[in-house]
Amino acid sequence: MEMNQKEIRIGFYVCHCGSNIAAMVDCPDVAKYVGTLPNVVLSRDYKYMCSDPGQELIAKDIAEHKLNRIVVASCSPLLHEHTFRGAVEAGGVNPFFFHMVNIREHDSWVHTDRKEATEKAKGLSQAAIARVAKHKKLEQKKVPIHPDVLVVGGGIAGIHAAMTLANAGKKVYLVEREPSIGGHMAKFDKTFPTLDCAACILTPKMSAVGSHPNITLLSYSEVTKMSGYVGNYDVTVKRKPRYINEDLCTGCQDCISHCVFKEPKFADEFNENLSKRRPVYIPFPQATPQVVLIDPEVCLNFKRSVLTDKCKKTCVEACGEKKAIDFTQKETLLDIKVGTIIVSTGFQTFDAKRIPQYGYGKYPGVYTALEIERLVNTSGPTGGHVVLRDGKTEPKSIGIIHCVGSRDKKTNRWCSRVCCMYSMKLAHLLKEHTGAEVYNFYIDMRTPGKGYEEFYDKLLEEGNHFIRGRVGEVTDWAFTKEEEGKLVIRVEDTLAGYVRRIPVDMVVLATGIEPHSDSNDVRRLFNMSCGSEGFFLERHPKLAPVNTFNDGIYIAGCCQGPRDIPDTVAQAGAAAAECMALIDKGHIEQEPNTAFVLADECCGCKSCLPLCPYTAITFDEALGKASINEALCKGCGTCVAACPSGSIVQNLFDDEEIFSEIKGVLAYE
Amino acid sequence: MSKEWKPRIVAFFCNWCTYTAADLAGVSRLKYASNTRVIRLMCSGRVDPQFILDALSKGADAVLIGGCHPFDCHYAEGNYKCLRRFEMLKRMLKDMGVEEDRIRLEWISAAEGAKVKTVINEMVTKVTELGPLGMPQKFEEWDKEMEQLTHHVQAADAAQGAPCCAHAQPQKKEVAHV
Repeated sequence: MEMNQKEIRIGFYVCHCGSNIAAMVDCPDVAKYVGTLPNVVLSRDYKYMCSDPGQELIAKDIAEHKLNRIVVASCSPLLHEHTFRGAVEAGGVNPFFFHMVNIREHDSWVHTDRKEATEKAKGLSQAAIARVAKHKKLEQKKVPIHPDVLVVGGGIAGIHAAMTLANAGKKVYLVEREPSIGGHMAKFDKTFPTLDCAACILTPKMSAVGSHPNITLLSYSEVTKMSGYVGNYDVTVKRKPRYINEDLCTGCQDCISHCVFKEPKFADEFNENLSKRRPVYIPFPQATPQVVLIDPEVCLNFKRSVLTDKCKKTCVEACGEKKAIDFTQKETLLDIKVGTIIVSTGFQTFDAKRIPQYGYGKYPGVYTALEIERLVNTSGPTGGHVVLRDGKTEPKSIGIIHCVGSRDKKTNRWCSRVCCMYSMKLAHLLKEHTGAEVYNFYIDMRTPGKGYEEFYDKLLEEGNHFIRGRVGEVTDWAFTKEEEGKLVIRVEDTLAGYVRRIPVDMVVLATGIEPHSDSNDVRRLFNMSCGSEGFFLERHPKLAPVNTFNDGIYIAGCCQGPRDIPDTVAQAGAAAAECMALIDKGHIEQEPNTAFVLADECCGCKSCLPLCPYTAITFDEALGKASINEALCKGCGTCVAACPSGSIVQNLFDDEEIFSEIKGVLAYE
Repeated sequence: MSKEWKPRIVAFFCNWCTYTAADLAGVSRLKYASNTRVIRLMCSGRVDPQFILDALSKGADAVLIGGCHPFDCHYAEGNYKCLRRFEMLKRMLKDMGVEEDRIRLEWISAAEGAKVKTVINEMVTKVTELGPLGMPQKFEEWDKEMEQLTHHVQAADAAQGAPCCAHAQPQKKEVAHV
């Protein structure tokens, strides 16, 4: 039922948002003022406009008062524009005959003077009333969605998301920059609080990813380019050379044992450099894909010019008929097309050297928590035998320092969420392995999670020591005989109220979680936003925690913020579900804010052509007119602003609408 | 102006970065001056210099434009187009006698809620120092002046007995700001 378009009948609603708006803005006064403005037929204030009764009120009023334009003054349009457009549509009016005024985020929450805030609300509302009168009937455009999904990052988040999607029958590309998927979780020994063996729960999932018919695993690869829009993304993946043909390698690892380096000589990254590997290696026994790789930095074959013929290519010989080794392999680029993307690029641990007073890198007895994870692991550098760096001494006393690089204004301000729990897990494991006295130095114990507090209780019962206080320093400067040859942890015990010196053999630094150092590049690549800490920004902290501001791109895991494995997996599942919701719908409704050319008025100056970043504008030489391909236009409006003859119009943001809005905001004295 | 004068600032914020940053400022409950009126556009590239001129002519004392940082534009390069136009307009306004501090372009990312607060507060302080721009009043004065001039010319023509040439005088009064 379209109303008579000649007469503009506006309904205005100002929302109290409980007391969120009403406490700072005099809502009835705003409604009263707006009621006096031209074209306004009805003006109300209401407690919660977004609630069901609020939305029904709009639909009811449309019918009763023959309204054909609606303005709601409430929260940010980024939050509820969609909601109210739905309510307007439900009332039988085109959803684009609607405008929203932000008097919460931009007004009541940021101002302290009730009078001023009310005036601002009136001014903004007046602008919306002026603008909405110029609105035009628009239709949402439907665009088909490509059913394939790209998952970036093969940690537990990426693995879980990829598996969920693949099991639902979606084709998934899983891109991982390391030679194997698994991420940080693959390095862990056990997981808290259940003390499940991390490898036992992760590796079956990893091999399932490797063999799943719906998953294309692109390991040792990085996304270098992304373009397109929701439903239709073009992605370029750089495949780094492994110098091994992935299709031919069977994972027998004969090449490794036949390498001319009889002893492993080079730092093993997977074991946190606590052990050595050869130039040809597999990162860890359960690596997925089960394909070796060659490190060209150290492989003698790549240094032929310098060290002539030391390499006998024994690996090639060992590989024999399989012929999987290919020293000529080059970096290749792979172009793929997907409809949705999940970014699960994870985190890096805080660099303990940034806090020099804890002596990491200076005293060999100081370890990071990740090093201990490898050390207690049976497939780790010492086969699970906890010894100091000399390779034989078992520590008799161990100090675990919590919050290293967390909750600290000098480094990272945030709580990394997992350190308390993993510190206790390591305390338990270290005690189990060595029988040592274990001291935990904490600021606050944070154990919010299922079974977490119980785990803490268990640790207390086991006889672990918990000392509350931020450690001042770790030093080898002994005061007494007992302290000689030990590392002394100096800490103010804030419960006992004095400074203590605790001599230990081994210090473990519970380093926190921080964004990858190149997270900014990843963010740019996928056109996302970062919070001030550098973690990727979710669309809404509560209601859209895996969505980004870029439709069709989702985030999961620690790239969004510190979290533990259960939360990461839950988030990965949520991201996968979001992708499926889009894919299964089959199409996307696009905001109709595209631009078009009024052919009669186009003077053919071609000013607009080079401005469009999407090459959506073409020029018809015969007619001498420009025209815009609506499917390519993304609605930025740059060409509109530049058109000297004013012949380009942007839907939802046309000149007339914006000029009315400018006039409106300035009309209120 | 009967009421105590307070600067009025019209702001054009891009949907993806600066508008979101202003939302973040709200969610973070940062407090800043209430003088700005934000108009949301999809991209700072949509900011037509005419919008700025129009806002100033209709009584704004200053105009603020907020867009994404270089390299971060949601539409790849709209912010650069905005920057180009802004620099040209700034020169033009300077020639017209509008102080430089009255128009400002800022790159504010979605994470920089605090920057919204600082920029707006800074701008309000500066514009308060500069005082009202008063373009609508100036236009009125200019219109009056033009009218008087027309009268003078007509009177002089009549005195000389010269024939009143139709296109020597304005057919209808043109006003710059409509």
